[in-house]
Amino acid sequence: MSVIVSVQNVRKTYDGGFEALKGASLDIQEGEIIALLGPNGAGKTTLISTICGISSPTSGAITVAGMDIARDYRRVRAMIGLVPQEIALEPFETVINSVRFSRGLFGKAKNEAYLDEILKTLSLFDKKESKVMALSGGMKRRVLIAKALAHEPKVLFLDEPTAGVDVELRKDMWNTVAKLKEQGVTIILTTHYIEEAEAIADRIAVINGGEILLVEDKAALMARMGKKQIRIELLEPVSEIPAKLAPYGLELAPDGAGLTYSYDTNAERTGITGLLNDLQAAGLQMRDVQTQQSSLEDIFVDLLQEDGV
Amino acid sequence: MNFQAIAAIYTFEMARFFRTLKQSFISPVLSTSLYFVVFGTAIGSRMEAVDGVAYGAFIVPGLIMLSVMTQSISNASFGIYFPKFIGTIYELLSAPVNFLEIVIGYVGAAATKSLFIGLVILGTAYLFVDLDIQHPIAMMSFLLLTCLSFSLLGFIIGIWAGNFEQLNLVPMLVVTPLVFLGGSFYSISMLPEFWQTVTLFNPVVYLISGFRWAFFGKADVAIGISLGAIALFTLACMGFIWWIFKTGWRIRS
Repeated sequence: MSVIVSVQNVRKTYDGGFEALKGASLDIQEGEIIALLGPNGAGKTTLISTICGISSPTSGAITVAGMDIARDYRRVRAMIGLVPQEIALEPFETVINSVRFSRGLFGKAKNEAYLDEILKTLSLFDKKESKVMALSGGMKRRVLIAKALAHEPKVLFLDEPTAGVDVELRKDMWNTVAKLKEQGVTIILTTHYIEEAEAIADRIAVINGGEILLVEDKAALMARMGKKQIRIELLEPVSEIPAKLAPYGLELAPDGAGLTYSYDTNAERTGITGLLNDLQAAGLQMRDVQTQQSSLEDIFVDLLQEDGV
Repeated sequence: MNFQAIAAIYTFEMARFFRTLKQSFISPVLSTSLYFVVFGTAIGSRMEAVDGVAYGAFIVPGLIMLSVMTQSISNASFGIYFPKFIGTIYELLSAPVNFLEIVIGYVGAAATKSLFIGLVILGTAYLFVDLDIQHPIAMMSFLLLTCLSFSLLGFIIGIWAGNFEQLNLVPMLVVTPLVFLGGSFYSISMLPEFWQTVTLFNPVVYLISGFRWAFFGKADVAIGISLGAIALFTLACMGFIWWIFKTGWRIRS
């Protein structure tokens, strides 16, 4: 695999003085799906807008297929498709005309058969002649994808493709992305859902505060992120953890009325069943059980501490 | 040149025009008919001929110009403002196109629409007054140049505008007065001497004068000066648009 998009030390300072990107660097491999994972305001959208030419970098270098995005903007942009975060479509135009417009705008000659194929892939074919404003939110989002694919791009950027989309549609979207990857399209998507990155990406780039903090294979990263906790509230406080429960490495709350168990969601056995059985065997009565997962921000802090950044 | 892109923008914009073809057709015909009924027949019958041209016929070039200028500005400004407003501008900014291609697409479509309306008004005029166009080629050239230059101005306004009020502000506050005071309904020689001089600072005077010359062979200012003025105006608009795309003013964050 070769590098198709290369971002080197890119900074972006907006007119107001806000520095959205503080020297971001990232290499994207041809044919992969990479997720840019980060909280709101991390710089995800700024990064992809900058690669796509919507905003210009203050400094740094970006190349696509070895070509500079500013000097070779025609050839670079013809290779790129962008699906924006917000739904932005001409409401009075039909689906097919909107898609035709995109294809022409990116310099490609008419090819109705190809456009029909895209609409079929995205389950929009029966809405071909419908006006955009008559479509549901999920369909509009798919029209945006159809427009981005209309000129047969090699690289597709999806900015928060499933923000505000229901669970069913989210699965659909993930399937669509997988199909596109099979066709050889390189896909870069931004998300602030860990589950989304986990479900579809090959690699995950964690971005926060305008910097790419780390880029790792999904499996490796998920293993580090997969920590979860169970908090057990006891009916009767205990003064110490019963010896029988020692192997679980429980933490006892200062008031003696709570126990916390940390486990790894990716492990073959989480030990939850055993723990609950043993609690009962030790004669402890439970008032309540809660599970909790660290927030994205907590995970960043953990990851950074681990890496000693 | 990305000719596919120019064609795509042009067809997409023209589709907007064809969707509203009836309104596009009816409103200029109706308003022109009203002007002819009021100024041409009711008032015009009590007016002397101007420069040997019956008043009803005399106002035809000015009426066409009035509509063509306002239509060019509103079509072109709306054409580029709407993508900004609904957010679809992202696609233009990320497409392999340069400013010239975008301008040719949008301004070309806007100019085509106003040319169509200009011709519809001319056709309507034939129903009310006797017209004998002395220089048809010059007439068409002036019409085309006006459509083009005012569509360019409209494009600038559309990029500048931050909301719909501003979109209407320039046509309302600047263009309508300039057109009315630019000799649409009178010959400049009918004004007191002081105001004749003031009027020469109004760029629209040159357009209407040149256009009227093409119709009747008589003009307020020399035809060469008219041509020079409109060429200068077109170039100024082009230069400003080039600067807009170079700096990303009001379009690129």
